[in-house]
This record gives sequence, C-alpha cells and structure tokens, in this order.
Amino acid sequence: MASFKYDNVYLNDGFTIAGPYEVKGKLSNFDMSSDDMYFGEKTFEKAEVKMQVKAIDSLMARNYLNDNQVDCLIGGDLSNQITTSSVTAAKYRIPFLGVYAACASFNEALILGANLIKLDFKNIVCVTSSHNLNSEKQFRYPVEYGAPKKECTTFTATGSVAALVSNKESKVKIESATIGKVVDYGIKDANNMGAVMAPAAFQVLFDHLNEMKRSGTYYDLIMTGDLGEIGEELFKKLCQRQGIKFNKYFDAGTQIYKSEQDTKAGASGPIALPLVLFSKILPENKYKKILIIATGSLHSPALVNQKNSIPSIAQAVSLEVLQ
Amino acid sequence: MKQEEYQELVKELTPKEKRVSHALIAFVSGGLVGVLCTIIFEILSTTFEMGKSSATVWTVIILIGIASFLTALGFFDRWVKKCQCGLIVPTTGFAHSITSSALDYKKDGLITGLGSNFFKLAGSVILYGILSGFIFALIKVVFYG
Repeated sequence: MASFKYDNVYLNDGFTIAGPYEVKGKLSNFDMSSDDMYFGEKTFEKAEVKMQVKAIDSLMARNYLNDNQVDCLIGGDLSNQITTSSVTAAKYRIPFLGVYAACASFNEALILGANLIKLDFKNIVCVTSSHNLNSEKQFRYPVEYGAPKKECTTFTATGSVAALVSNKESKVKIESATIGKVVDYGIKDANNMGAVMAPAAFQVLFDHLNEMKRSGTYYDLIMTGDLGEIGEELFKKLCQRQGIKFNKYFDAGTQIYKSEQDTKAGASGPIALPLVLFSKILPENKYKKILIIATGSLHSPALVNQKNSIPSIAQAVSLEVLQ
Repeated sequence: MKQEEYQELVKELTPKEKRVSHALIAFVSGGLVGVLCTIIFEILSTTFEMGKSSATVWTVIILIGIASFLTALGFFDRWVKKCQCGLIVPTTGFAHSITSSALDYKKDGLITGLGSNFFKLAGSVILYGILSGFIFALIKVVFYG
C-alpha cells in the first residue's frame, strides 16, 4: 500500500506568481505576475529564486506566519541539484526538505507535508517553481538560439507557487494521497514528454483507485499535471482500455496557454498543475472532489543523449472542497 | 498495455511534422540569404573593386556580423523559428549558434562559462567540417592527383 488517508490535513492557501507568457494565456487569477523574464534580477537563475522567495513571503504574510511558526519548508524545482529551492531555503530559518520528482515535485511535497502533519507538525509550506529559459538552457538549446520545435514539444511554464498545508481547518481538505511508481514504457524522445509521462499518470490513478476502493467517477474532476495535448489523449486511451471512467478530466498543461501563443502541445513544468489549481480550479468552486496527478519526466541531458528510454513518475493527491 | 502496443499508440497520436512546408520555407528563406550574399558580393566587387577571393571573404564576414548583431539584439531567434532551417544552415546559423551560446553563458564566468560553452553547438560543425574536408581532399589527391 502506498496510499494514505488523512483526517486533519488542510490545504489552507496558495500564492501564485506567473511569468509574461502565462499572463497572456487563458488564466488571469494570479496573485502576482511579471512581464519581465528577469524579474528585475541579473540572471534567470536569480529570477527563479526571487519568484520562490516572493511566493513564500507573501503566503506567510497573508496567513500571519513567521519563520518560527512554520515547522518545515518542502521545495523542489527543475534546476540542477535543485539549487533554486536550496538557495531560497537559505533565506529562511525554517527546516527544509528538498524534493525532486521533476514536474511531479509539487505533489511529492504535498504528500510529504500531509504525512508530517499527520505526525503532529502544524504548518508546512510547500514551494515549487519553473522558469522557461532556465529549462531551455539546461535541457535544450541556448535561450537565444530559438531552434525550431516539434509539434509534440511542451513549453515550460514560468512561475512559482507556495502553498500552506496545516492542521487548521479550512475550505480545502487533503483527503488522501498515493505515492506513484516509476514506469518506463520505452519512449526515448525527450521532446514528447506527454508520451513519456502518460503511463505514469495512468499507473498512479490505477493504484489509487484500487487501494482506495473507488471508481474514476468518485471524483468530480481528475486533473493531470503537464501531459500536454498528446499526453492527455494518451492518458484517456490508457484509462479507456482499462475501463476507468471519469466525470470530468483534463490536463493542466492544456489550460494555461492560448493556441495562438505557439506553445505547441501546451505547458509543462512543476508549476503547471499548482498554477491551474490555485488560479482556476479552487476559485471557480465547481468541483468538490478533485484528484490532482502531477507527472514528472525523470530525464537528464546525458540520459537522453545516450539514447536511453526515459523513466517517469506521477503522484496523486485527493482534495475535498468543504462547504 | 504492453510497451510495443503503447509505442504504436504514441506514434499514431503524435502529430506528424509538416516536413514539406518546413522544407519550402527553409528553401525560400535560405535562398533569400543567398540573394543577400550575392548583392553584397556584387557591391563589394564592383563599387569597392575587390578581387573575387577577398570579396567572398568580406561577404561572409559581413553576414556573420549582421547575424551576430541581430542575435545580440534579441530577435534573431524569432526569425529562426519562422524561417526554420533557412537561417540555421547558412553561415548566419553558425554565427547565431556561437553568439547565442555566448549570451547564455557569459554570466557563468569568462573561462568556465563563456569560454567553455562558446562552441557548444558550433563545435560539431567545426569538427566534422574539418574532418569531411580532410577526407574529400584525400579522395581528390588519391584519385584525381
């Protein structure tokens, strides 16, 4: 069993920061945004740290918390050795857990946080971020090169989200969660990350429903993280094959950009899912039982260059919106 | 679902690249770069009365200069996206690959950043350019004297 049920864990608040591309997209309800990819800093790396710090500071201020009242900070991002989150954590006097599950990092942080609350921790801040140009530089080509892209490529979203998890009752409850298995379906194309990650999302959904003894229609909404248009289709096909039905399903990666923004298959990055969750799904208040499945493609440039297939992971968290 | 079955499904659902239209765009845009080269070459050889070889060298230098300058101004990447390989294959692409790498890594230090990443993309062009030059020269010497 890799599933947990929680009685007293709540997702109290989330502070969202979005970059220039995201602001021009379909979502508008961000807490903060910037039209400058540098966020007033000298390098993109510093810009990403600044986003995280702003998100955490604003979240703590909005919830009247200081460093001593937060028991643990859990963070992860896409930078090498998750330096972004580590540099951010150095600015606080809060115990820190760094996590890496590529774009599934946010849910991994939520699951860890929820379990710590179960062990009597009081307030936990989960943070994640991604920056389009940092990812381009690290995983693809130099920023200014502008290499032509395949139709199936996703576009790393820029932004940061900090979320507060605590035992204090609020509108959104973290009801249960399932830790995902790493799967490898032999896909070697790092440009087609939707295809890499769809089986992982399917696997964790399958395990979650089995272990919780539920059907897909138990949830009002099932939302995957950043599969993009192609991954979304693949995920649906995989579920169809297994006979899993949904009331409503979509991928967060397809909810961020407008089609004319030339972002190909949609948004990716650990930020995609929490950005849609906090600026669209929760404020809309349309769904009561929500399963969020963050998906991560666990590759490095060396793994791909050496023509290996890419492993992927997904983490599922079930949320309940209380009346 | 088995791996092979899934890979078939992925193949089926992944949109095909528009190879023909990309090739046509690259053909026209690359051709326009060629026209620009010829114009510069003609101006150099008639107005500036240069010889053929020095006019060729100066044409390449001017083209590299223009491409690098436009990369530095920050909008050449948008043109590359539109023109597909029409701007990457000619010498403009070579210059652009070096300048864009330099811009990315200049903040990582002059040696550890800029110096060691300068030829990140262009390195392959230089290495295999020289290698194929050597092989073809060898063929020429052996078979045609």
